Amino acid sequence: MANSINTTSISLNAIESMVIGRLKSGSKGYYLLLALFGMLAAVAAGLGVQAMIKGHEHFYNVTREMPWGILIITYVFFVVTSTGLCLVSSIGHVFGIQDFMPIAKRSVFLSIATILSGFFVIAFEIKIPWRMAIYNVISPNITSNIWWMGTLYGVYLMLMFAEFVFLNLNIHKPAVICGFSGSVAGIAAHSNLGAVFGLLMGREFWHGPFMPIYFITSAMMTGCSVIIVFHVLAAKVNNERMDAGMKRALEVTTKVGILLICIIAFFTTWKMVSGIAGEPGGKYEAVMALVNGPYAFNFWVLEVGMGMVLPLVLFTLSKGKNLSMMFVGAASMIVGIFVMRYDLVMVGQIVPVFHELGVNEYKHLLQYTPSLYEMLIAFGGVAMTMFLFLLGEKLFAGHKVEAHEGHH
Amino acid sequence: MFTKMKLDNLKNEGVENVTMKERRDFLKMGLAITGIFAGGTILSAVSSMNKVFASSEEFASKYPYKPHYSMVIHQDRCIDCERCVEACAATNSVPHEAYRTRILEKDVPDAIGQKREFIPVLCNQCNLPQCTRVCPTKATYKNPKNGIVMMDIAKCIGCLTCQESCPYNARYFNEEKKAVDKCNFCFDTRLSKGEQLTGCAAACPAKCRIFGDLSDQGSDVYKTVHQIEKAVWVLRPEAGTKPNVFYTKG
Repeated sequence: MANSINTTSISLNAIESMVIGRLKSGSKGYYLLLALFGMLAAVAAGLGVQAMIKGHEHFYNVTREMPWGILIITYVFFVVTSTGLCLVSSIGHVFGIQDFMPIAKRSVFLSIATILSGFFVIAFEIKIPWRMAIYNVISPNITSNIWWMGTLYGVYLMLMFAEFVFLNLNIHKPAVICGFSGSVAGIAAHSNLGAVFGLLMGREFWHGPFMPIYFITSAMMTGCSVIIVFHVLAAKVNNERMDAGMKRALEVTTKVGILLICIIAFFTTWKMVSGIAGEPGGKYEAVMALVNGPYAFNFWVLEVGMGMVLPLVLFTLSKGKNLSMMFVGAASMIVGIFVMRYDLVMVGQIVPVFHELGVNEYKHLLQYTPSLYEMLIAFGGVAMTMFLFLLGEKLFAGHKVEAHEGHH
Repeated sequence: MFTKMKLDNLKNEGVENVTMKERRDFLKMGLAITGIFAGGTILSAVSSMNKVFASSEEFASKYPYKPHYSMVIHQDRCIDCERCVEACAATNSVPHEAYRTRILEKDVPDAIGQKREFIPVLCNQCNLPQCTRVCPTKATYKNPKNGIVMMDIAKCIGCLTCQESCPYNARYFNEEKKAVDKCNFCFDTRLSKGEQLTGCAAACPAKCRIFGDLSDQGSDVYKTVHQIEKAVWVLRPEAGTKPNVFYTKG
């Protein structure tokens, strides 16, 4: 008995000194960035708590007519990213495509970091989040997509967490089981998020089966871009040169990225055409807001230009080998994808529900500009992802996968 | 088997020979069958009943609630005095910046004669409400007895999905209650205390808002909804929520 306690304390000590050793290995710039992002996230949390206590209406620009603002958008962006990271990384370590193996650990870690950032942001958008913890359990509504999404993302987070632990302990089989189950939970959760929008009748821009399908596809697209950006950044943080395996992994990720950009471009084309042909009521106004209305810059320059065209060109020119091109393309894609989420949520709301009634109050499209508080809290979510990423690089020693690969 | 009708051989009687009576009957038939179309929002009595209930023969026995509370709004009687809005706010402690019911204004500058009309709106207490479907915690629900869409404010997490889902913009977040708030036909403040009318219906000086039990064949709401001489419609029928607030004129 005494012996076992002794063993435990020794191993705990060993872990402690290892962790401290790893955390101390960073450069000055590393600590500066870590502190900066940590502070930004803490400030955002402070502002969020203030808004929660004093009432969101004093701090946020959302309205009765447009209840969902940039915080929901940022949440959607983060869970899209998390699901995408989970799905793209599972190609390697769950489905056994060796080329993808080197990105597995960091991607799983990032999928946890991004979903935590998503939860962080949504906690300040939902008015009374603690009631959710209670009544989601004791008063579930199984017809509600929000309920399914919340519940499944909870399961997903636990599975991803377990998968990450198993990956780090090099226990292969449970890692694969968790990875596979996590992917299934992620797809179910994420398509439910699509259905939150898609199943709303009377919100023409969203309504239909398109949303769940689009969400999953765009999640994988996002996953590719985030994997490229963060693996290039990680090499900088760890001051390392990428080995051949990692380069190969990013090459194939880039190729998958090219395919997914093309699929999303195809989906977007038909979404737009179907909103214009025959001028379907409610949907037409929304789509035209993207084509030549208040959201045209967002759509053409940021969504199409930065989100699709530029990355497609750069990815193709890079042949999956020129890391600088791939990095710029993927970073541009992330910005474009955020704007895609922004436009998707906003444009679905800008046509007032009584627009077609022709009443004076609702003749025009609705407007929303995020408040400073909303923007800072949303940015706090980004800062949280960056903070966790930086912390993870040192804590898990650059998410090395050699030992894991050695098992095969 | 069938003789082909030779339309070409039929004699053109000419429209000048159609009497006013025939024209009117024809128009009326058209209105009753197809519904008056006005911006995609208006249906005639027949089609609105078919929208709201399974079929016109069955509807009397198909009212799922007893009483099945309903409101018929005589749109042309509204003079925008807003006494309904004030009564509602006072009865239900609606914060100053919010509303459970309001009156929309519609200007039709090129109309002949009257160029403005008012459209009172409130929660439609839908038979197939989307708000109750999307609520993750059953904080909003159909009252199983009277069909009123109610709030259990203690369960509301404030995700506002119900607000997004409502085709009538009938919901808002009440910061004082820390929950989404909406019209419940004054159930807690009046009906449950023995009053027969909602606050808004009682306050209306123009008898614009007729409130009653749609399952009672003697009620005014029943008589208005179950006739085909005057057009009765619902707002946003395409949202498919089968509302219990009807609109008519006259």
